[in-house]
Amino acid sequence: MMSPTQWDLPPELCCRPMAFVALTGLDVTYNAIHRAIWDAFCANRRADRVPISFKVLPGDHEYPKCRTKRTSYEWYIPKGILKTGWMNKHLNLVPALVVLFYELDWDDPVWKEKQSECATKVEIVRTSLQGRNTKVAVVLIQKKTPLPPGEDLVASERAASLCNACDLSGKSLFVLPHTDHLVGYIIRLENAFYEHAQTYYYTEIRRVKSHKEFLNKTTHQLLFVRHQFKIAFFSELKQDTQNALKYYRTAYSLVHELRTHETNMLEIKTMAGFTNYKICRLCFQHNTPLDAIAQFRKHIDLCKKKIGSAELAFEHTAWMSKQFQSFGDLFDEAIKLGLTAIQTQNPGFYYQQAAYYAQERKQQAAHMCAHEVRYPTPDPLETLSGALDFYGQRAWRQGHQSIDPPDAEKEKVGIQALQVKEKDVPHSELIIALLSNAVAQFKKYKCPRMKSHLMVQMGEEYYHAKDYTKALKLLDYVMCDYRTERWWSLLTSILGTALRCSYLMAHVKDYITYSMELIGRASTLWEDQKSRIEKNLIKVLMNEVPEAEPDCDPASAKAAQALWSDRVSLAGSNRFTIELLNVGILLQCKARFLSPSFHLDDPVQLHLYLKADCPHPVRFSKLCVSLSNQVLYNQFCVVEESCKSQDILEPLSQENMCLVPGKTRKYSFKFVAKTEDVGKKIEITAVDLMLGTDNGRCVLLNWRGGGGDAASSHEAIQAARSFRSRGRVPEQHAQWDTVSIQASTMIISRVPKISVQLSHKPPALSNEMYCICVSIQSNEKTVAKDVKLTAGLKPGQDANLTQSTQVTLNGLEVCDESHPALLPDIAIGDLQPGEKVEKSLYVCCVTTGPRIFLFHVAYTMTTQAEGTDITCKCHKDETVTIETVVPFDVAMKFVSTKFEHLERVYVDVPFLLMTDILSASPWPLHLVSSQLLLAPTMVALDEPQSQVEHVVLQTGECASECFSLQCPPVLNGTSSVASGQYLISWKRCSSCADAPVVTTVVTLSHVMVETIPLYVHAELPSFGRVRESLPVRYHIQNRTGLVQDVEMSVEPSDAFMFSGLKQVRLRILPGAEHEMLYNFYPLMAGYQNLPLLNISLLRFPTVSGQLLRRFLPSRIFVKPQGRQAEDASIAAA
Amino acid sequence: MAVCIAVIAKENYPLYIRSVPTQNELKFHYTVHTSLDVVEEKISAVGKAMADQRELYLGLLYPTEDYKVYGYVTNSKMFRKLHNSFTDVMCNPFYNPGDTIQSKAFDGMVSAMMVQAS
Repeated sequence: MMSPTQWDLPPELCCRPMAFVALTGLDVTYNAIHRAIWDAFCANRRADRVPISFKVLPGDHEYPKCRTKRTSYEWYIPKGILKTGWMNKHLNLVPALVVLFYELDWDDPVWKEKQSECATKVEIVRTSLQGRNTKVAVVLIQKKTPLPPGEDLVASERAASLCNACDLSGKSLFVLPHTDHLVGYIIRLENAFYEHAQTYYYTEIRRVKSHKEFLNKTTHQLLFVRHQFKIAFFSELKQDTQNALKYYRTAYSLVHELRTHETNMLEIKTMAGFTNYKICRLCFQHNTPLDAIAQFRKHIDLCKKKIGSAELAFEHTAWMSKQFQSFGDLFDEAIKLGLTAIQTQNPGFYYQQAAYYAQERKQQAAHMCAHEVRYPTPDPLETLSGALDFYGQRAWRQGHQSIDPPDAEKEKVGIQALQVKEKDVPHSELIIALLSNAVAQFKKYKCPRMKSHLMVQMGEEYYHAKDYTKALKLLDYVMCDYRTERWWSLLTSILGTALRCSYLMAHVKDYITYSMELIGRASTLWEDQKSRIEKNLIKVLMNEVPEAEPDCDPASAKAAQALWSDRVSLAGSNRFTIELLNVGILLQCKARFLSPSFHLDDPVQLHLYLKADCPHPVRFSKLCVSLSNQVLYNQFCVVEESCKSQDILEPLSQENMCLVPGKTRKYSFKFVAKTEDVGKKIEITAVDLMLGTDNGRCVLLNWRGGGGDAASSHEAIQAARSFRSRGRVPEQHAQWDTVSIQASTMIISRVPKISVQLSHKPPALSNEMYCICVSIQSNEKTVAKDVKLTAGLKPGQDANLTQSTQVTLNGLEVCDESHPALLPDIAIGDLQPGEKVEKSLYVCCVTTGPRIFLFHVAYTMTTQAEGTDITCKCHKDETVTIETVVPFDVAMKFVSTKFEHLERVYVDVPFLLMTDILSASPWPLHLVSSQLLLAPTMVALDEPQSQVEHVVLQTGECASECFSLQCPPVLNGTSSVASGQYLISWKRCSSCADAPVVTTVVTLSHVMVETIPLYVHAELPSFGRVRESLPVRYHIQNRTGLVQDVEMSVEPSDAFMFSGLKQVRLRILPGAEHEMLYNFYPLMAGYQNLPLLNISLLRFPTVSGQLLRRFLPSRIFVKPQGRQAEDASIAAA
Repeated sequence: MAVCIAVIAKENYPLYIRSVPTQNELKFHYTVHTSLDVVEEKISAVGKAMADQRELYLGLLYPTEDYKVYGYVTNSKMFRKLHNSFTDVMCNPFYNPGDTIQSKAFDGMVSAMMVQAS
């Protein structure tokens, strides 16, 4: 009976109860039609079909006998709470309904005989169910499709007769036509069966309830529980889960009202557990998980202290463990069906607690079952039937309900048997399974630390189960989590277990690794423990057998000693490389380059710091630093000493290879970098330290990068913040914490000893050949060879600048676009020490704005470092920003011959073009000449000559020119025409004579040209004289192809008298010119307005007199009357 | 009364941890360490919602079978005492923030808050 699954809940408790319906009269093996009917009932049942469990039984099946009904409970004393077979009986043995299938058509020829045969079959079933309320129904399997009800008179008559013969109600007779719609008929049938079943379970509930009135509270306490449980169970079968929950809750509280004593404790707990399980299950099913959790907590609180027999305490913990486990399972199942769990409330906690009780159970079992006792004979756990009658009772005293056991001797033997059985339980297996369930859950609910903790427990359990390989695997996996979190106390505990595992397996490498870490500073072990471990470590290094770890099982330790001895005698495999990635061990290592960069001609310096944290001095045999990209350098970074095995124990502290606990030791390395490494990074890839020798065991410790471990970076930060670091510390005792790792350095080129100077006169003027003088002087002690200058626009600026900048060394000609913006590698040759060379660079900037120019001087030279010659490439860069400005601004305007501003000019009417050159240069400008290049649409009235030739302009000065021009006729009356270009040739005054002249081209603006129909111009002397005749001739030109009628009048003036036509009307032929002569007679001196000439064109009213008047002089200077005689006399004199 | 009091640095390592000497110290260390899962989750959830009005007292982290674990991110009354004492430690010019706490005054205050070992 006692099996490992004793504590498992019975399957009939865990399943979902469904109404049990028995089908008889079906031959599913040989009859195809019956087979099809059966399949339609049970195959592929979907969730939406009614919950019924069907079973095919033979027609003469014997159903469990019903015991005779008790008429009085007066003398009845119950023997237990619930019989072990009860649930199964009602789930699988006692049907709610028995259905008899019978092949019979309404028009069967032998109807009478068939009817009586059917009645006999019904009678057989009834007899077998004697005393039960089980219903019986008959299904007639028919070949013909039935007619609609009421139409088939024969059918209704025969149905009534059959019912009568079988003693059936009309509701219990069904017809199943064997046609195409079988499944449809079956579904209708089973719904009808389901109703019958519900009625059956309802009557069963009523039947059990009716017992209550016969019960009394003193002798029938157990029955109260039993009846409530049964009612609840029947309710479940009836699918009334709400009431089922209610009855189970009542049953649960009744269980706890029972008188408890040592002999019935197990029975009470078992029933409480069952009922609790049902309640929780239903709560989850009703989607009230909080109720389930609350019920479970209550259950645990009530039962936690109900330990029962002290000698069987392990049974209590086993039971507790199972309670938590099954709740975890229920919870998990609910989640799978859609429930959401949270970090602080998930099945993991229940599995974890289950594991905790399993561990308790194991300990109790180990404690209580330690004595060597043989399993008693005869077996006290054996019963007659092979099973118990009631749940949770003892085999040797079944049905016993009084406080004291009937037989103390039997009791003792029974307990003994249970204890012996408990010994065989694979506790570790159970614990690990529960822990791994919990791990899976915590992983899901974001609890990495809880997961790690459980994995540690799993590892420890594997250790107890002597599966050291698995234990180490798990522990090793979580160790790094604790290391990075810096929970040293926990890490130390895990390492201790790991060390024992590796010792027991005689796993040398792991043993060394864990020992080293346990000796190291991260470990929280006491000094004496560290000392013991270190001594063991030294033994291992000397190829000897270490002492056994304390707390090891003595037998296992003995086996381990043998394993170690084998290892010692075994040759080979005595060289171990231990990679220390973030693992803090007994030694700490930090390596740093003294500087983040070294010049090629300076030796690279590297310091390596070692510190021992162990209680005893450590001696090593070799130390080397590996660097990246150059295997060449590694030879410089080695400390080696051949030492003999026995020397390890007698170290001399002053020796280089010995590390004294707590002291920092510094090793300096120095080497010269190779020329080809300039611009490259040198990294420390690893630091290797060899412990032991080749004779004994040899352990190579390998730190990646510049050393350090999980704790060191944090320690460095703390040290940097600490007030202690501010104190002065002598170099020799450099504080360990303040040493920071510098694992890489750059090799950079040697500092050039050369000067590059630039002389020029900024700003540059646009388009000029701007001269920059570069002087290079060597301050080297040796020859600077192969000096090269790269000069010009610094690359990487705006792309447009490259287009608009040209550079040349030839200052005699103006650059064009074929010249580059940068001149690379201009060979200069060798420079002796102190020698100086100069170079002039000419730059032509087309556009204005700032530009950065680069002057890069490169050379090679040979120097010495650490006694070796090295060839260095040096270079020096000089940059300068030069602004480019325009040399001058050119302004131009069109004016009339009267110097009046013109908006537009008129065809064949002379006008003036005036240009102003305003110097904007801070340096004096020499205007070499200027030139006007007229467009064909404009002609010069005279040969235009430069009026500004060889003029020197200072800053802000202006040079002006004036040109008389005229426009030939244009096609349409009015149009905009090009004027031409204005060329100015210039250079800086300061530039040398043969410097090229720069020609700046200014494009003149367009101007509007208008054709006028009439042109008037006057011919008059330059001045008049008072009271002297002043002849004025007006020429009126008709510039149209039409005859023009012109009306002319002269307005009177105070300043003049005049003779001539005062008002006239003329007719001028096309292209002809009319002349009008007036004699003006000035009356007043000074500037006088001429009498106004009004001209109006009858054909062109738009051409006003005002416009025409612009062509005429408006005033004239009148000299006062002269004294001619005096003048003459003077002339004569 | 408390059975174990721990002050944890923001990098999740212990600055101070003390438990009643009668019981398994290691077990308490594990309990404190595992409860950091909940602290981390709570802080990250709060950080997302409202960084300013963050409730410093985290409340019941999770119930174990035997003990209840409460969390408090450095500002309730039991915690106020602890916080005041912690502030005193931090005010000590010779204390380097981030180092483990080694203060007699703090020890004394923690002892007063713990279950008295008989």
